[in-house]
Amino acid sequence: MSDDLETLREQTVQALAAATDLREWDAVRVGTLGKSGRLTALLKELGRMTPDERRTRGGALNRLRDELSRLIEARGQELETAALNARLAAERVDVTLPCAPDAQGLLHPITRTIEEMAAIFGSMGFQLAEGPDIESDWHNFSALNTPAHHPARTDQDTFYLPAEASGQPERVLRTQTSGVQIRTMLGQEPPIRIIAPGRTYRADHDATHSPMFHQCEGLVIEKGITLGHLKGCLSDFLRAFFQMPDLPVRFRASYFPFTEPSMEIDIGWSRRTGQIGTGGDWLEVLGAGMVHPRVLANCGLDAREWQGFAFGMGIERLTMLRHGIPDLRSFYESDVRWLRHYGTSPLSPAMLHEGL
Amino acid sequence: MKFSLSWLREHLETTATLEEICATLNTIGLEVEGVEDRGAILAPFRTARIIEATQHPNADRLRVCQVDAGEGFERVQVVCGAPNARTGLHVIFAPPGTFIPASGITIKAGKLRGEESGGMLCSLRELGLGEESDGIAELPDDTVPGQSYALFADLDDPVIDIAITPNRGDALAVRGIARDLAAAGLGELKPWLTATVESRFDTPIDWRVTFPEACPWVLGRSLRGVKNGPSPEWLRRRLESIGLRPVSALVDITNFFTFDLGRPLHVFDADKLLGSELTICRGAGETFTALDGSEHVMTPDDCVIADSRGVQSLAGIMGGAESGVSETTTNVFVECALFDPVAIALAGRRHNLHSDARQRFERGVDQALPPAALEAATRMILDLCGGEAGSVVSAGVEPAWQRQAHLEFARLETLGGLSEAPDHAVHLLERLGFAVRERDARHVVVDVPSWRNDIATPMLLDQRPDLPPARAQAAAQGAIEIDPEVDLVEEILRLRGLDSVPAVSLPLRSAVPLPALSSRQTRIAGLRRQLAARGLLETVGFSFVAMDQAAAFGETPADLHLLNPIAADLDQMRPTPLVNLLAAVRANAARGYPDLGLFEVGPGFDADGQKLIAAGIRSGHSPRLPGQPAQPVDLWQVKADALAGLAVAGAAMEGCTITADAPSYYHPGRSGVIRQGPKLVLGHFGQLHPALLAARGIDVPVCAFTLYTDAVPEPRRKRKAPPALSAFQPLRRDFAFVVAADLPAEKLLRAVKGAERNLIVAVHLFDVYEGDKVPAGHKSLGVEITLQPMDRTLTDAEIEAVCDRVVAAAQKSCNAVLRG
Repeated sequence: MSDDLETLREQTVQALAAATDLREWDAVRVGTLGKSGRLTALLKELGRMTPDERRTRGGALNRLRDELSRLIEARGQELETAALNARLAAERVDVTLPCAPDAQGLLHPITRTIEEMAAIFGSMGFQLAEGPDIESDWHNFSALNTPAHHPARTDQDTFYLPAEASGQPERVLRTQTSGVQIRTMLGQEPPIRIIAPGRTYRADHDATHSPMFHQCEGLVIEKGITLGHLKGCLSDFLRAFFQMPDLPVRFRASYFPFTEPSMEIDIGWSRRTGQIGTGGDWLEVLGAGMVHPRVLANCGLDAREWQGFAFGMGIERLTMLRHGIPDLRSFYESDVRWLRHYGTSPLSPAMLHEGL
Repeated sequence: MKFSLSWLREHLETTATLEEICATLNTIGLEVEGVEDRGAILAPFRTARIIEATQHPNADRLRVCQVDAGEGFERVQVVCGAPNARTGLHVIFAPPGTFIPASGITIKAGKLRGEESGGMLCSLRELGLGEESDGIAELPDDTVPGQSYALFADLDDPVIDIAITPNRGDALAVRGIARDLAAAGLGELKPWLTATVESRFDTPIDWRVTFPEACPWVLGRSLRGVKNGPSPEWLRRRLESIGLRPVSALVDITNFFTFDLGRPLHVFDADKLLGSELTICRGAGETFTALDGSEHVMTPDDCVIADSRGVQSLAGIMGGAESGVSETTTNVFVECALFDPVAIALAGRRHNLHSDARQRFERGVDQALPPAALEAATRMILDLCGGEAGSVVSAGVEPAWQRQAHLEFARLETLGGLSEAPDHAVHLLERLGFAVRERDARHVVVDVPSWRNDIATPMLLDQRPDLPPARAQAAAQGAIEIDPEVDLVEEILRLRGLDSVPAVSLPLRSAVPLPALSSRQTRIAGLRRQLAARGLLETVGFSFVAMDQAAAFGETPADLHLLNPIAADLDQMRPTPLVNLLAAVRANAARGYPDLGLFEVGPGFDADGQKLIAAGIRSGHSPRLPGQPAQPVDLWQVKADALAGLAVAGAAMEGCTITADAPSYYHPGRSGVIRQGPKLVLGHFGQLHPALLAARGIDVPVCAFTLYTDAVPEPRRKRKAPPALSAFQPLRRDFAFVVAADLPAEKLLRAVKGAERNLIVAVHLFDVYEGDKVPAGHKSLGVEITLQPMDRTLTDAEIEAVCDRVVAAAQKSCNAVLRG
């Protein structure tokens, strides 16, 4: 390589090393390889040379151009990386700062329990039925074999609303969701498998009673349904709900006007610790029975042809047992601290295949 | 219903333990509510005698006693601090290991100040039996040491408390309970016989019944020369054991029969009755003072017993203060009647009078028992009070209570799920007092006993009036045939125990069940999840609220006002869950939590009926963040909540419009109504009216929304067509339109969208400007449109043409001009 080319190379290398930012680097690049760059100028001179000179000089110039291009490119990348690193360093933030919180919305435990009941009974072929909170006396009592003078009526402290028209009996806030049974039997032909969760009302207010609470009623009317099915269905439900395949379940004879035979159903628990499933004590959780022939007749079903069973359970009660919630009143107080504690995520609905 | 074990054993010959009896009671439908067994608690305590008491060598206040507590404890040394511990005293001794009820301590043997002590001498207070604590209990000098103290003091009689269901009037008697237990195999029912008491004179009082519907049959009898003192010990103990206060022999005797046989009686002081006739008649506005001192005005629906002076008894419920017996009573008249259960139930409820008599009459008493019961009562009065008995007087006749019930044996299995041998089924019925009238291999017909008013009762139906007559008749006939059978199935099952019925899982109706929820129910479930996913906490509020609170949110019609509210602030059916939600905001703010979002999906009530309403509320501010001050909740958040909720609830959002005429509890300028078409209101949203908040002392901003889920039309379930996915890029154009300041932006957006339906796939408002750059009374709206060509790239001329149509449409419907 001739001296002038060597000088150019040397000076360019130095200039590149001296360039501290991309602007300076670009000046070197343009000064060397640009239109009026020094190397470009030397290349232009080639045209005026003899073929021999051109061959020799041209080869050297091309090699120099390739080398300088490579060096310039490499230095450019180096500076670019340095510039990026400098920018990123300047952009550094305290990543431990909190992010803007998403408010966590949750479903009420009563909603959750109703969903679980729907999932479990749904798997047994039940459908979810609904009815009005304000019922006629007939739907809430008379159709259910509970005439006005019946002693069972004094056990239920009923809220009354004015009659729809004078001379008619006063309307009631339903004391049980059994009215939905009646509506279902009147509204469709058997076979019937329904559950009816909903609000119910009784004039009672203390630590263990609320004037409004929720019940889930169930009704099965089919040919060939016996008390054995009642026991199987409700044992299956309770064991699924409490997720205990061996949950002790006891059936005790009892009385309700709308079923016969009637029974109350206890589960095993420990009175001392509140733990479900063990402990040797019994806790009542359900009332049930075979649908009374008179109730069937009141709804136009012939007891010689159809029979079945009905049951009712307190949704708050089962929820309290399931989750160890101590106070009934807290369900209705809308205290955000309580709701956040016992609420469930809307993203994990009750689904049997995911587990309840 | 309480009874003691010894009382039960008066009627039941049994070797069963208390535990077995309780377990059986639970099984057969007589639920045990509690057992008080003092004998078990006191079992370790023994009677004892202090052989010798000497001063403790190392303690002034202690004595060292040598005690004889019978077998195994013939000479025990006990250190005792009681001042009355002295040689020869008969005492109560607790050996080591005894749990002392009053102190909760278990006695241990040990040394007290250097002297051995092998037990404890007790006061009655330490046994939980009294307040006396001035030293140890002193027993009579003839007490034999080494007996169980509970046995010695007659405290070993457990008391069982059972719940009686409304159908089992017969179990409101110790004898009835004994009969059930015997039938369940726990022993033998002892015979109950009574001899007729010979009358010595003609009873000078006659019955006259003018209200036979309420009192079909009444007996009575005078006794004279009786002496009404305290009852003997056995009767006092019996009543005390079940929590009744002994009063006097005559009163105690009536109470005894009420509980022993379930047979209420009433004893009048004959000298306080005026006239020679007692009339059972309707009330007529008289004021009656009952034995408990309460005053009642009698109505024509009440059945009363009157002498010629006036009402002396509210029949079957409570006697009168005027003619009751006292210490000085010498002549009495005993009443033993049957009363109609319905009449008694209604009268008792009307006057809010509760009594043991009412409890039994309203459930029905043994209809054949009155003559025998009257004889037994007479016998007991003569035995305890002396005197002589008059003749029995009566009115009315024994009702025809006799009836039959029939049972197909197969029904035990086809209804009860229990395969039971017919012989055993019949045996169980017989043990309950049913008598076999006829029987073959398939069925049995039995006579129902006079005390079972719950079996094969008259058919009372209340059928739905609009049932087709043929159907109603067939159904009624079905009930008539099946009802008594089911009664008997229940009796047999409860005696066998329901646990003996094998449990059978419900047969599947299809291998994979159909959805349990309807489409609407599923959409409501989705709505709840959507609102929760947007950060709102679900609440459940009472359906009734305070009337004035309800009034702030809607109408409060009188027919939604409770006739018997439990509290003054829970008296009106709520028009919307917002009432509860706003109260919840206030309560949470008062607890220190003003920044929150809540929702409820629940009923609201108005003149049209019940609606399922989803309501939500947001209050307070967003959290402060670095570089980002707290923002008050605003109506855009609740508008977004409302629209997101409606979309999940199934509303066709394309067709929804917003108008600015929300209810008056909202800020009039910052609230909107969501409508579908001109009439259908799906919901509303907005900032709540400041006056509403101020009235409740709420000083944080509050926004709310309401969705009427029932108003959302059922979405059409049609199969979706495949999407048209264009291969060509969409292009976007911006416009700035100047319009009147009060023009709803939505109107302009609709006009723009409608300008070229095939190409314009989206219209988006990105700017609103009001100020001096536009004419007064006007505003500028920045609108971006997205054009989506489907089959080719648009030419400039085509794009130009679409834009011209957009401008023209905006001009035409909104008087909008492009901003220069």
